[in-house]
Amino acid sequence: MTGMDSLILRTATRFMMPLLLLFSLFVLLRGHDEPGGGFIAGLVAAVAFSLYAFAFDTRGARDIMWMEPRMMLGAGLFIATLSGIPAIFQGRAFFAAIWWPVEVPVLGEIKLSTPLVFDIGVYMVVIGSVMAIVLALAEAED
Amino acid sequence: METLMAFVVGALFAASIYMMLRRSLVKLVIGLILLSNSANLLIFTVSGLERGLPPLIAPGETLPAGGWADPLPQALILTAIVIGFGVLAFAVVLIHRAYQVVKEDDLDKMRSTDT
Amino acid sequence: MLLAVLSGFILCALAPWLTRSFGERAGWLLALLPAALFVYFLTWVPAIADGESVIITYPWIPGLDVNLSFLVDGLSLLFALLISGIGTFIIIYAGGYLHGHEYLPRFYAIMFAFMASMLGLVVSDNIITLFVFWELTSITSYMLIGFNHEDKNARWYALQGLIVTVAGGLALLAGLVMLAVAAGGEYTLSGILAAEDMHAAPFFTGMLLAILFGTFTKSAQVPFHFWLPNAMAAPTPVSAFLHSATMVKAGVYLMARLNPAMAESDLWFYMLGIFGALTMLTGSVMALRSTGVKAILAYTTIMALGTLTMLIGIGTEGAIIAAMTFLLAHALYKAALFMLAGALDHETGTKDVTKMGGLRHVMPITFIAACVAALSLAGLPPLFGFIAKELMFEATLGARGGMAVFTATLAVLSAIMIVAMAAVFALRPFTGARKETPKTPHEAPPSMLAGPVVLAGLSLIFGLAGFIPAMAIVQPAVAAVFGAELSVELYLWHGINAPLMMSILAVILGLVLFWKWDTVLDGFKRLTFIDRFGAERGYERFMDAIVWVAEWQTRILQNGYMSNYLLVIVLTIVGLTGWTLLGHTDTPMPLALADVNLYEAVVAALVVAGAVFASVTRSRLGAVATLGIVGFGIALIYVLFSAPDLGTTQIMVETLTVILLVLVLFRLPEFINYSSAGTRVRDAAVALSLGGLMTLLILAVNDATVAEPISDTLVAWSEPEGHGRNIVNVILVDFRALDTLGEIFVIGLAAIGVYAMIRFRAEDKAQ
Repeated sequence: MTGMDSLILRTATRFMMPLLLLFSLFVLLRGHDEPGGGFIAGLVAAVAFSLYAFAFDTRGARDIMWMEPRMMLGAGLFIATLSGIPAIFQGRAFFAAIWWPVEVPVLGEIKLSTPLVFDIGVYMVVIGSVMAIVLALAEAED
Repeated sequence: METLMAFVVGALFAASIYMMLRRSLVKLVIGLILLSNSANLLIFTVSGLERGLPPLIAPGETLPAGGWADPLPQALILTAIVIGFGVLAFAVVLIHRAYQVVKEDDLDKMRSTDT
Repeated sequence: MLLAVLSGFILCALAPWLTRSFGERAGWLLALLPAALFVYFLTWVPAIADGESVIITYPWIPGLDVNLSFLVDGLSLLFALLISGIGTFIIIYAGGYLHGHEYLPRFYAIMFAFMASMLGLVVSDNIITLFVFWELTSITSYMLIGFNHEDKNARWYALQGLIVTVAGGLALLAGLVMLAVAAGGEYTLSGILAAEDMHAAPFFTGMLLAILFGTFTKSAQVPFHFWLPNAMAAPTPVSAFLHSATMVKAGVYLMARLNPAMAESDLWFYMLGIFGALTMLTGSVMALRSTGVKAILAYTTIMALGTLTMLIGIGTEGAIIAAMTFLLAHALYKAALFMLAGALDHETGTKDVTKMGGLRHVMPITFIAACVAALSLAGLPPLFGFIAKELMFEATLGARGGMAVFTATLAVLSAIMIVAMAAVFALRPFTGARKETPKTPHEAPPSMLAGPVVLAGLSLIFGLAGFIPAMAIVQPAVAAVFGAELSVELYLWHGINAPLMMSILAVILGLVLFWKWDTVLDGFKRLTFIDRFGAERGYERFMDAIVWVAEWQTRILQNGYMSNYLLVIVLTIVGLTGWTLLGHTDTPMPLALADVNLYEAVVAALVVAGAVFASVTRSRLGAVATLGIVGFGIALIYVLFSAPDLGTTQIMVETLTVILLVLVLFRLPEFINYSSAGTRVRDAAVALSLGGLMTLLILAVNDATVAEPISDTLVAWSEPEGHGRNIVNVILVDFRALDTLGEIFVIGLAAIGVYAMIRFRAEDKAQ
């Protein structure tokens, strides 16, 4: 699909894209404590990429995604499943959470954990799925 | 408030079933969208409605201040909304594909299995 | 023991490969396994002959207290020896009979699976394990009977056998579970046989009938006997194995096994006695009117199964001794005869005895073996079959409750016909003038003669030296079936008594019948109308009726109209839920509208108005736009009532839904009203009834708390255990992560489905 030929939309999208993607990462990472999380963050990013596909074209949208949507879907499922495994080596149930508090100089304490890894997997699955659907449909129009 | 929502949910269900009973493919899709919305809202309503008590804990606390809305149905509905979208996309594309193959929008004429 | 049972299944997997690798000699090689099993079971003989019975238990699911337990006593050992011993010869024989057959590897694979299932069946102690093996024998024998799958008849008869035995299997499962309940929750055979007061169970009659339905279908008792001769569609090695030692004897095994627990029941006595005797007679009569070598043997198998059932039913000490002796004698001569029948068929190219003659010069070994085995079948001295037949006559005379006359008469009548048919089998093909046959006959190869010669030889040895089988095998088996220790002595000569007179009468009249056999055959040919009323017609009618019902309900329910399906579903929901709701709600539902804020009422009204407009509008764009209003209104409701995460998600999904609809919906045709006003009113009424039901449902359950909500615990754990302050997210990624994993898999699948549908379309176009 070639997208809508609108200068305003294109300019706005160009400025909005980094903000939306940054916002989506922010929503993802703070999701454990404030409203947000992998599902919502994934949807925000997917909406952003879809907007780009409409403003420019699907090829451009594919280019700014750092991965083929189906690859991202699969990688997300893989990461999410993987996050359940470390607990088994500790003799606990599959998907029992493990936490590693890390002290980072400027930002203070950051909580690394298997649930965070899981949420990143969810994030990738949501983006991958939605974009696989939207891009496939948009490209089928030609 | 649950009383009012009971009627809203009822109306949504009625509208979705009415649309799904139509013979037009497009109306079937609209019925599906309404149906998933009404099911989500049904669960949400039955779990009890609370004003201004999101299941969030303030920093330094261990419980939400002053009570909370039930978080479990919210978690279930959240995934249901996203799954609903995935399934809707699947249904819509399937219907579109069926239309392309059969060239027929009337569901009553899409009866035999080998067309 | 576990290895002994499972080795067949292991070899089942390896057999095709071994067959291909070793080609010609594969049969001899593969026969080493059943031979080894036979030797293994022989090592049990001394201990079991001393009256021991051994239970071997392997923990299977220790957490649930489910064990894999095996019971070795006289009865199971007798069967295990027959299965592995005859199995050895069958495997060797099959190598010759199916020499060069395209599917020989597959044949061996199924054969070993079948053999292992049969072994598992006879040594299982747990009745559920027993049932699983029981069904496995049905399934594997289905594959064996239908082995020549390109032949329509073979497929049809295989299916017939499967349906009959599996229908019985279902009843058997019910019967076995009732049996376990009656025995006080005891699922092991050893426990059931030790249980007291089984007959006091209120469902005893039902249980007995269910078990008997299972065993009668499996062991081809009247009126379920018809599948067995039809199973002749199988290659001969299969028939020989199925009929002599296995499959059909499974039902007999189970009846013998349960006999100690059931023998007191009059119902058990009459059912087994009457149906067994009738089956015995039916088998003999049907054998008399057959001309095919395999058909004659198949019907004599039915005779034998009837005899065994009758003897177990009579249940006296003598009857059980007769049953076990007869079982052994029958297995030996029947396996031999079937393999000889296969040899005749293989060498001459015909199965019809009336078309063979004078073969004794070209096939002398076959002839001698056939004579010996047939003498045992006819029950003539000095063969083992004679001892069995004498004991059987004696037992029929000892039946209680006025049954003695009935059973003894039927036994003699049947014996007369069997003598005649044994003579037909042993003499017709071999004596008289040579007849032209489709193939020029030669003596059968060694692989096809080894089994018959050894087994016929055993019939002779056991007859002359009856103490060998008596001590080693028959006595412990009788003890297991009778439920008490007793000593068994088998002799050819019992003195001049009633059974001997009956034997002499049967032999004389049987020879007369043999002499007049051609006349008798002509007589039967004029009686073909019987075929129109047989049990097999009943089976066909029954199957037709099932198809008819299936077609009828498809026309009514599966008529292809989407709206009909939906109507049925919706009305069922409304009917069932509504009925329950009205029946169980006595308190009036509170209608509390006072707490509604104005802005909440506006949002609610907007959602309802949007939904209504979307369903009545004629414009697609209008419908999509109002759907958006509904979606965003619902998002607002989520936000207003403390669910910020849901609100955000709903808004995002709503945006994406609009994109989706724009991409697809507008490539579909405009709204068209296909339905009439009447249909629309009907649909509206149905839709409103469901909507009303949902409203009532919410009002009814609103204040009901059935159990303590688990979410309070989740909330309490969230910060300390889950290290997260957004409880919804903690639930999603930590407490219920496995659920969420499943859900993202669903999303991924839907996306891949969409991708595949679009992608395949593109490829279609490209071509």
